[in-house]
Amino acid sequence: MDKLRIRFEKTGRAVYMSHLDLMRVMQRAFQRAGVPLKYSEGFNPHAQISIALPLSVGIESVCELMDFRLCAEWELSDLKNRLNAALPEGVRVLEAYEAERKITQLKWLRITGRLEYDSRRADEMAEGLTGMFSRENIPAVKKTKRGEGEINMAPHIPEITVLPGDGAVFLEAVISAQQPAINPDLLISALGLNCPQYAPDFAAFRRIELYDEKMLVFR
Amino acid sequence: MDKRLERILPRVQKPARYTGGEYNEIIKDKTSADLRMAFCFPDIYEIGMSNLGMRILYGVTNEMPGVWCERVFAPWGDMAEEMRRVGIPLYALESGDPVSEFDVIGFSLGYEMAYPTVLDMLDMAGIPMRSEDRNALVPLVFAGGTSCCNPEPMADFFDLMGLGEGEEVNCELLRLFRTARNEGWDKPRFLREAAKLGGVYVPSLYSPGWKEDGTLAAITPADGAPETVRKRIVADLDSVYYPTNPIVPSVEIVHDRVNLELFRGCIRGCRFCQAGYVYRPIRSRSPETVIRQGIESLENTGCQEATLLSLSSSDYRHLTEVCDGLLDWCEPRSISLSLPSLRADNFSVDMVGRLQKVRRGGLTFAPEAGTQRLRDVINKNVTEKDLLDTCRVAFEGGWNGIKLYFMLGLPTETDEDVEAIADLAGKVLHTWREYAPNKARGVRITVSTSCFIPKPHCPFQWEPQITMAEYQRRVQLLRGRITARNVIYNWHDADTSFIEAALSRGDRRLGRVIEAVWKNGGRLEAWSEYFSFPRWMRAFSDCGLDPAFYATRERGENEVLPWSRIDMGVSRDILLRERHRAYHAQLSPDCRAACSACGAAGLMEGGRCDG
Repeated sequence: MDKLRIRFEKTGRAVYMSHLDLMRVMQRAFQRAGVPLKYSEGFNPHAQISIALPLSVGIESVCELMDFRLCAEWELSDLKNRLNAALPEGVRVLEAYEAERKITQLKWLRITGRLEYDSRRADEMAEGLTGMFSRENIPAVKKTKRGEGEINMAPHIPEITVLPGDGAVFLEAVISAQQPAINPDLLISALGLNCPQYAPDFAAFRRIELYDEKMLVFR
Repeated sequence: MDKRLERILPRVQKPARYTGGEYNEIIKDKTSADLRMAFCFPDIYEIGMSNLGMRILYGVTNEMPGVWCERVFAPWGDMAEEMRRVGIPLYALESGDPVSEFDVIGFSLGYEMAYPTVLDMLDMAGIPMRSEDRNALVPLVFAGGTSCCNPEPMADFFDLMGLGEGEEVNCELLRLFRTARNEGWDKPRFLREAAKLGGVYVPSLYSPGWKEDGTLAAITPADGAPETVRKRIVADLDSVYYPTNPIVPSVEIVHDRVNLELFRGCIRGCRFCQAGYVYRPIRSRSPETVIRQGIESLENTGCQEATLLSLSSSDYRHLTEVCDGLLDWCEPRSISLSLPSLRADNFSVDMVGRLQKVRRGGLTFAPEAGTQRLRDVINKNVTEKDLLDTCRVAFEGGWNGIKLYFMLGLPTETDEDVEAIADLAGKVLHTWREYAPNKARGVRITVSTSCFIPKPHCPFQWEPQITMAEYQRRVQLLRGRITARNVIYNWHDADTSFIEAALSRGDRRLGRVIEAVWKNGGRLEAWSEYFSFPRWMRAFSDCGLDPAFYATRERGENEVLPWSRIDMGVSRDILLRERHRAYHAQLSPDCRAACSACGAAGLMEGGRCDG
């Protein structure tokens, strides 16, 4: 059978599972659901599953993608229901389909964020943040496999809006999903670097949509 | 979720340990549960969730109508610090509610080094640690588990302690507690009634008195409390509850697989082994039940591995039948089956070979002692020939790693016995050279030694532990004798063994020592990251006590022992007889070859010991 893909959400208490934890949770859910994942051959067989764009611990998402193969033909609508009955709280399959596009074509992510300020005014913060994110150069220190490197984030955040709310500032942005991968936490560490007066006391993010290079929804 | 918690969790290691929400977690409606129990495990999530006893009692308690039992573990240091910093009290994973809101708080006490963690968890929950400081009936704080077989070191902190297997007595206690609360009994009345249930030790009803030399004069029961408290057992393992729908952790735990229990008790009677005596009598589960529970558990969890548990799996009468039955189901599904606790015999190697068709990693055996004389002293009925024959079969079958476990400091041990460990490892290496089909892969023989810790309720309960200096000397002696490049020697630290020895045979005065250790920051003391020997030594000296009095002193055979009010089923006469036989290196047959009439069968009430 061809490569299949599920789009699923990871919300609530499930956000604290790590990427590796989630891989194991998924494998066990397939097993409980009675859906036979295809295993690799060899001395140490492992399920052929792959979750795109590993999500940092603590970040919610309603648009996670997982690719896999099955040992047998399977009705896709049945797959979603069976998996949802077998998944733990907070992990829910939204749709299951045949993967037509390669994950490498995935380019942009839409995220929302809640930046909490305990003793500062949200409207002042929102104004400052808007100014800061409209700069042409937003330096940030990004950790890579080769150590730390400084990048300018501005070209990788083509869209961002900031609105004040009750004790918090609400943010919506489009950020680069890969090459380079911009982690939402990088936005916060960039604030600490460039204008610490706007760095929040706490920030929580959620991935809400995926796009390709042309800003068309990616599935 | 608590806002403060939401801020902390992204900052700590493995936060999914602290959230609950795993698959198969039991959630009940708070308004319909009139009795809420917090089941506390005084170690971290990964350890507690690997504990079969906790899994069983969590399930069996939640089967009770109107009772909601939730899990509580000790947070790792980073999380504990954050919780204290922002003032989040210890909470239960299922509801997230503070432990202080529960009616009943039950601790699982499996090993002595967890004692300070119990105090830390009570403190994090905002509950007074000492039983005497909790005047109300609610919350009731109690404990169960193997360490309760010497209840005295922790006696000051628990309202009561359950002995033996908890499936039945735990439920009886909760029913009695419910009656007491609904009828408005005071705490002393409830405790007096609880002491009548059987298998329940109420520390406040027993007063210890000491002689001038520091030994116990007597432990005196009061208020009609029984002279001795007899442990409880479950007679029929086929009808008793077993968790075939267990929680599936979202984070990786230590034993991340389905656990299947073959039998309880052990037929072997190794004289150093507490477990071999305190888990008697021998009760087997039928192979049909094990297979059925295995398939159900695997279907309900989606785990890719199951393991068969018991104290000595090769002594299970239906091992082949169970393995075949499970393999028929597991193999087509790529599920693996593992079998720990095997004796060094050829049958075991054949069996493991059938289970591990692909990966052949290491095999582990525990000869415990280097010479036949000393193995006879401890009644470990394994000969050098058995071990070398087994190694031959293993090497021929493609294994290239053997681990050998030994103890140093066993009663009557001489330097000759210590050096013989090195010689035995050399013979295993020689066997490999002679029989390994593919020597290019190399071999790895690992020798590990730990310091023998005499424990209550086994024939060596009167024996002194060797001193730390003497243990170190024997380690160096052995180290000097192990010269082969393929033999690796690891040894366990002397200081943790010394403290564990003091705690395991301690009396009620140790409560103050444990409290002092906790006050100085001691928690999770079973972890080398947190264990501090100087902290323990300071606590002993601040309390005017000498740990050597408890660890390295030989007890008189007529001495009143701190656990003398506890009856684990095996008679004292049998323990003494075995001790004396040890001095003559005289073997005792296993329970199947000849029943020793140890007394444990008397716990069965009509059932038959499977020894």
